[in-house]
Amino acid sequence: MTDKTVSLPEVPGHSGFIKNNLRNYGMLLSLLAIMLFFEIVTDGTLLQPLNLTNLVLQNSYIVIMALGMLLVIVTGHIDLSVGSVAGFVGAVAAVLMVRYHVSYPIAFVACLLVGAAIGAAQGYWVAYFGIPSFIVTLAGMLVFKGLALAVLQGQSVGPFPPTFQKLSSGFIPELFPSAGTLYPTSLAIGIVLAFVLVLATARSRAREQAHGIAVEPYAFFVVKSIALAGAVLYFTYLIASHRGLPNVLVIMTVLIALYGFVTRRTVIGRQIYAVGGNAKAAKLSGVKTERLTFFTFVNMGVLAALAGLVFAARLNTATPKAGLGFELDVIAACFIGGASAYGGVGRVGGAVVGAMIMGVMNNGMSILGIGIDYQQVIKGLVLLGAVCIDVYNQRR
Amino acid sequence: MTAMLEMRGVSKSFAGVQALRDVSFTVEAGQIHALVGENGAGKSTLMKVLSGVYPAGSYDGSIVFDGEERRFRDINDSEALGIIIIHQELALIPLMSIAENIFLSHPPSRFGVIDRNAVHRRTAELLAQVGLREPPDTLITDLGVGKQQLVEIAKALSKRVRLLILDEPTASLNEADSAALLERLLAFREQGIASILISHKLNEVARVADRITVLRDGRTVDSIDCRTERIEEDRIIRSMVDRDLAHRFPERKAEIGEPVMTVENWSVYHPLHTERQVIKNVDFTLRRGEVVGIAGLMGAGRTEFAMSLFGCAWGTNVSGKVRLDGREADLSSVPAAIDAGIAYVTEDRKQLGLILAADVRKNVTVASLRQVSERGVIDDVAELKAASDYRTRMRIRCSDVYQATGDLSGGNQQKVVLSKWLMTDPRVLLLDEPTRGIDVGAKYEIYSIINELAEAGRGVVVISSEMPELLGICDRICVMNDGAFVGEFAAHDATQEKIMRAIMRNVRMSGRGADERAARAGGGAP
Repeated sequence: MTDKTVSLPEVPGHSGFIKNNLRNYGMLLSLLAIMLFFEIVTDGTLLQPLNLTNLVLQNSYIVIMALGMLLVIVTGHIDLSVGSVAGFVGAVAAVLMVRYHVSYPIAFVACLLVGAAIGAAQGYWVAYFGIPSFIVTLAGMLVFKGLALAVLQGQSVGPFPPTFQKLSSGFIPELFPSAGTLYPTSLAIGIVLAFVLVLATARSRAREQAHGIAVEPYAFFVVKSIALAGAVLYFTYLIASHRGLPNVLVIMTVLIALYGFVTRRTVIGRQIYAVGGNAKAAKLSGVKTERLTFFTFVNMGVLAALAGLVFAARLNTATPKAGLGFELDVIAACFIGGASAYGGVGRVGGAVVGAMIMGVMNNGMSILGIGIDYQQVIKGLVLLGAVCIDVYNQRR
Repeated sequence: MTAMLEMRGVSKSFAGVQALRDVSFTVEAGQIHALVGENGAGKSTLMKVLSGVYPAGSYDGSIVFDGEERRFRDINDSEALGIIIIHQELALIPLMSIAENIFLSHPPSRFGVIDRNAVHRRTAELLAQVGLREPPDTLITDLGVGKQQLVEIAKALSKRVRLLILDEPTASLNEADSAALLERLLAFREQGIASILISHKLNEVARVADRITVLRDGRTVDSIDCRTERIEEDRIIRSMVDRDLAHRFPERKAEIGEPVMTVENWSVYHPLHTERQVIKNVDFTLRRGEVVGIAGLMGAGRTEFAMSLFGCAWGTNVSGKVRLDGREADLSSVPAAIDAGIAYVTEDRKQLGLILAADVRKNVTVASLRQVSERGVIDDVAELKAASDYRTRMRIRCSDVYQATGDLSGGNQQKVVLSKWLMTDPRVLLLDEPTRGIDVGAKYEIYSIINELAEAGRGVVVISSEMPELLGICDRICVMNDGAFVGEFAAHDATQEKIMRAIMRNVRMSGRGADERAARAGGGAP
């Protein structure tokens, strides 16, 4: 195990390593290619600070839900109700805050609890009754779409109190307001984040190497670190030159980091993958498969609720049509990101990249003035293509 | 009488394992020909060759039917000639009616539209022939196994059967249903329909067979004409099991200590047919450092016994007492059983034992993640060390512990499963067919591992259908049949013949009881 190339006896060296890891980075490269393409054909509009900020705000709720959906898909299930649940929770929030003047923090927590309860209700049937999740959540989709309509009595309810709007349209407070066109606090956070990321990967690499674990070649590691830091810094620079970091981007980043950690490093994450990989074997290994499945649905409910709140805050009104079709974008994001429809396979990073691919395509095609009709055609083909490539790669 | 079927010099091998060697087998018109032998003797393989499941060209030798050499490409070719096989696992669709099942592949139709009246009428005729009094539109799922078996036979009749092959038809039937089925075979003989009967129940075989052929290790070792010779059960049993021990076993020095597990009055019911008691109030003792074998036929209840002990992973209404090291153990769930110190290595490695897409490391640690984590966070260095340790200790041959278990050979997969359970540090290991589908070299390694486990003071139970294996590695052998222990031998005292005789004696006893009961039931009817 001290030999670094032991994991690749047949193709040693850098080219072999890159070839073996192409699958992990394939979607990321696709995202970069798609961004580059739209950057060129939109004459640089895509990466303008204003547009980039908008891109983040537009896709935040998809990314948030994709984190929960990834866990559901990894256990071998699906949740079709997330769009309706998000819309319903937005409606509940509007009714609480606008009609009954409940204070923002209380309403916020109440809405997340509603989401958890919905997830628990659906997860119960799936996990303990063995009813296919497709059917349970199809029912949930109809139920909560209808309930949203009922709660709102068919009307749009708004506007929300300004403090609640800040959830989506707010930016982090600026500590040094006099610094000209750039927002220095946001920039500083970005620089620190880039530094911490590089340091953390370097430390974990050193630790693995010290324990004789096969690690990536040094040159590859350096290139990867520079690219990572560069991307974070450039992104922060663009964001900082508009209005600074949006609040919702902070929430998103924290959630992505949290779910990335849970899936890769924790016992519960490992067990979720075990359930999806082979539920019977996992059960006979002492994994509480039902409880875990139940938990993933509760988690999904909470995240759908959070997404619903973010969306409502962004529109500044709750409409009966909110959340319509979100589930399709969320599920597509997970599958484009490499999750397997059979369960047991999928990465948080993949789902996030998948959501961004969908987001960039939506945004870029809108800038180009492509109609909503052909946008859907193209998105559908991209989804099919991504999954085909994945299946082809697995067969090889 | 002339030969209807003649199989000449049939040989067949799978990936280097010779399943059939130069087998010749003849069936005359209107004959009931019984085929007996141990599990894995080659009976099912021979029948699959005959029915075209293994197409012509995939085996050596020839099949002559009605005096002409036949080369079946698939099962349709053999069915066209009236050779119909009824497998042990019935091939009926549960939510379709009897009539729909019988005419599934060849419904009487006019211009492609199914003639429902004809289906109904002909089904009624067929059911009358097999003596099943049920309306043709009854759903299969509403029938018991015995009646389902009769539906299969009616289905065979609908295809104008001339040679009926039954693979252990009575294995899952009660005594009365078995008797009824055998009566049917005798009636068919009168109509000139020949049958091949694969069965472990020598009493049934003796009752209906005109000729008995014994297969062993893929060879024909004996053939008895029942009309001219007396049927000697001892002779059949001896032919079934007599063989040289083909592979050697590691030297074993047993140091047997205090009882580590005592099971009292253990009773388990079937999870679906909840009125059926599968394990019938058995007692069992296992000592430290002891390797105990459980012998028995398929369906004897061995796997069910082991899995029910492992946190009620099989069955419902489990009752009885288990003491581990003298203290009563909580075995109400799999996690509880693991905590109590029981490990179960399944017979179905791929479906129940491993996560094939996951790597060796994750499979080794999945049952003991607590050991390599702190407050729910996995220490990946500790995990890797643990997995690498087991890789070295168990000599798992893989490129590294990040290799997917699905890419490993059967023997190495089994070592991964054993590693998983060793990591939980069990007091008692229940090994269910631990060497199934593993080549001879890897078998020896597994035997050595079993020895080491016992030497470390653990109790080991080995369930195996290979009797030489049990004789080679166990200190004591318990014989199970029909959910109860029916014999026990010390290793030095046990022989394959003794074990087989213990099983057959019990099978015959339950069979005889059935006849008496059936007779009584018949006599009592108005």
